[in-house]
Amino acid sequence: MDDLAVRCDGLEKRYGDVVAVAGLSLHVQRGECFGLLGPNGAGKTTTIEILEGLIAADAGDVQILGLRWASNEQELRQRLGIHLQETQLSEKLTVEEMLRLFRSFYRGGRPVGELLQVVELEGKRRSRVGTLSGGQKQRLSLACALAGNPDLLFLDEPTTGLDPQSRRQLWEVLGRYRAGGGTILLTTHYMDEAQTLCDRVAIVDQGRLIALDSPQALIAARAEPKVVVHQGTLEDVFMSLTGRTLRDE
Amino acid sequence: MSSVDRGGAHHPLVELTLTRLREFVREPEALFWTFVFPIVMTIVMAMAFPSRGAQAVPVGIAGGDAGAGMRATLSNSPGIVVRDIPSGGEQRALREGEVHLIVVPTDPPTYRFDLARIESRTARLVVDDALKRAVGRTDPWVAHEQPVAVPGSRYIDWLIPGMVAMGIMSNGMWGVGFSIVQARMRKLLKRMVASPMRKREYLLAQLLARLLFLLPEVAVPIAFGVLAFGMPVNGSLAAIAVVTLIGALAFGAIGLLIGSRAKTFEAVSGLMNMAMLPMWLLSGVFFSASNFPDAVQPAIQALPLTALVDALRAVVLEGATLTAVRAELVGLALWTAVPFALALRIFRWR
Repeated sequence: MDDLAVRCDGLEKRYGDVVAVAGLSLHVQRGECFGLLGPNGAGKTTTIEILEGLIAADAGDVQILGLRWASNEQELRQRLGIHLQETQLSEKLTVEEMLRLFRSFYRGGRPVGELLQVVELEGKRRSRVGTLSGGQKQRLSLACALAGNPDLLFLDEPTTGLDPQSRRQLWEVLGRYRAGGGTILLTTHYMDEAQTLCDRVAIVDQGRLIALDSPQALIAARAEPKVVVHQGTLEDVFMSLTGRTLRDE
Repeated sequence: MSSVDRGGAHHPLVELTLTRLREFVREPEALFWTFVFPIVMTIVMAMAFPSRGAQAVPVGIAGGDAGAGMRATLSNSPGIVVRDIPSGGEQRALREGEVHLIVVPTDPPTYRFDLARIESRTARLVVDDALKRAVGRTDPWVAHEQPVAVPGSRYIDWLIPGMVAMGIMSNGMWGVGFSIVQARMRKLLKRMVASPMRKREYLLAQLLARLLFLLPEVAVPIAFGVLAFGMPVNGSLAAIAVVTLIGALAFGAIGLLIGSRAKTFEAVSGLMNMAMLPMWLLSGVFFSASNFPDAVQPAIQALPLTALVDALRAVVLEGATLTAVRAELVGLALWTAVPFALALRIFRWR
C-alpha cells in the first residue's frame, strides 16, 4: 500500500490562454499537515480541486490514498473530507439537520452528536445555520467534512475572514483531528496559520512550485532577518520568494 | 443495507427530501404562493367571469334629451342596463367595455357596436328586440325556454381544475428549478458532489419533496371549490390522486431540466417564463384551448399542461376513469422521463 496520502506528478491545467497549474508535483505523507501557500491566482484552488476530483487536469497523474479518481471515485469520496472555499450551507436548516444530511452520505463515522462536540457546536444544535457567526459556520462546514471520519482532509482557506479567536478554535479542532492520525492538505493566505499547523509547506506561484520544506527550514534558509535578534517569519520567506504582497491580484 | 452506520441519520434519499421540505416550509413566501395565491386567484376569476345568463347587457344612449323615450323603453326592459354616455365619450366607453353597444336616437335608431365582439352582437339583438316590441311588433310565437344551471357546467367548475393544474405546473417548476439554482449559487451543490452523495438521489429527492407538497396543494383548492361554490367532484379521489401525482412528477422533471444549468436567478427566471407563458395561454386554463386554430392544435395537445388540465377536468367534472384519460397520462409520463434523463445528463453541479 502506498504510504503517501497524496501523490501528484506533473499536474497541468489551463483555462484558455491562462495557465493555472504548470507542471506541479506534490507528495504528502500520511499523518502530515501540508500547506499550499501562494498569492491569489497562483493556482492553489485549482490544484486542490483537481486533487479533490472536482476538476479534471489537462495532464499529470494524481493518486489519493493510493487510488485514482477515474477508477475509485465512490471509495475516495467516502474516505475524504472536503471543505470548499465559498460554500454557504442552507440557512433555513438547523445545525443538526445540516450535519445529519452530510452524515447520511457516509457509510461510517461518528454519530452526529459527537461530531457537534468535536467542533464545539453542541449548544447550537437547534439554531438555524443563518444565525451562526462566521467562525461557527466554518466549524459546521468542518464538521460536515469530518462526518465520514476521513483519512485525509482537504481544506481550502478554512479560516479566511475569521477573527483570531475563531481561527484559534478551528486550529484546535484540526489539532484533535491530527492527533487521531488524520492527514491534512490545506491552502491558506495566513503565514502564521501555516507556521502553526503545517509540518511542511509548498509555496506556489503562477502554477509552479517555488519552495518546499518545513516552515522552520524555510525560515532558516530564506528569511533575511529584519533585526539581528529576530530570525524573521514565514511571511518574509513568502514575500522574498513571490515578490508580492499577500492580497494583490 | 443494515451494515451501513449513518450515525443517527436516515437514508440519504430521506435526508435530502427532508432537507427540501424544511427549506420550503420555512419560507413563508413559498407557502403563500402555493396555498393562498390559487384561492385568491380563483375568487378573482370567479368575480371577473360570473355566470353569463343572469348578467344584464350594458347599453349606452348618445344624444342627451333626444333619447329620453328610448331610454325609458330600454330601462324597463329586463336584461338591459342603460348608461348615459357624454358626447365624445362613445369611443372610450365601447373600447373599455363599459357598454357593449351605443344607441343613437335617430329615426330609425342607429346602433354603434363592434361586430367582432360577441357581447356586442348579443347587445344588438336584445336592444333591437326591446325597441321593436315597444312600438308594437308582435311575435308569431314564443319559444319554451329551459334555463340550465347544473353544477359542473358553470365557468367556476371548469376553472377550478384548471387552476389546480396550473398550480401544479408553477409550483413544480419554480419549486424544483429555483431551489436547485439557489444551491448552485451558494456552491452547496459543489460541496455535496464533493461528498459521497449520489447525484441521482439528489435529483430524485427534489421530485419526491414535490409529491409531498402535492396533497395540500391539490386538496385545498378543490375543497374550496366544493365548499364555496358547490363544485361537483364526480371522479374518484384515487383517480384525482394518480392524475395530479403524474402531473407533479412531469412538471418537477421539467423544472429540474430548466434549472439544470442556470447559474443565476435571472437566467432561470427567463427560462421558466419562456416555458410557462405558452402553457398559460394555450393550454386552456382560463378559456378553452379549442379557440385556437386547428393548425396549432397538435402542438397545444402535446403540451404537458394541456394534458394535465384535460385529464383533471375529465376526472373531476365528468367522472372519467384513469383508462379514459390514459392518453394524457402517457403524455405526462413521457414529460417526466425525458426531461429527468436529460437533466441528469446535462446537470451542472458547480
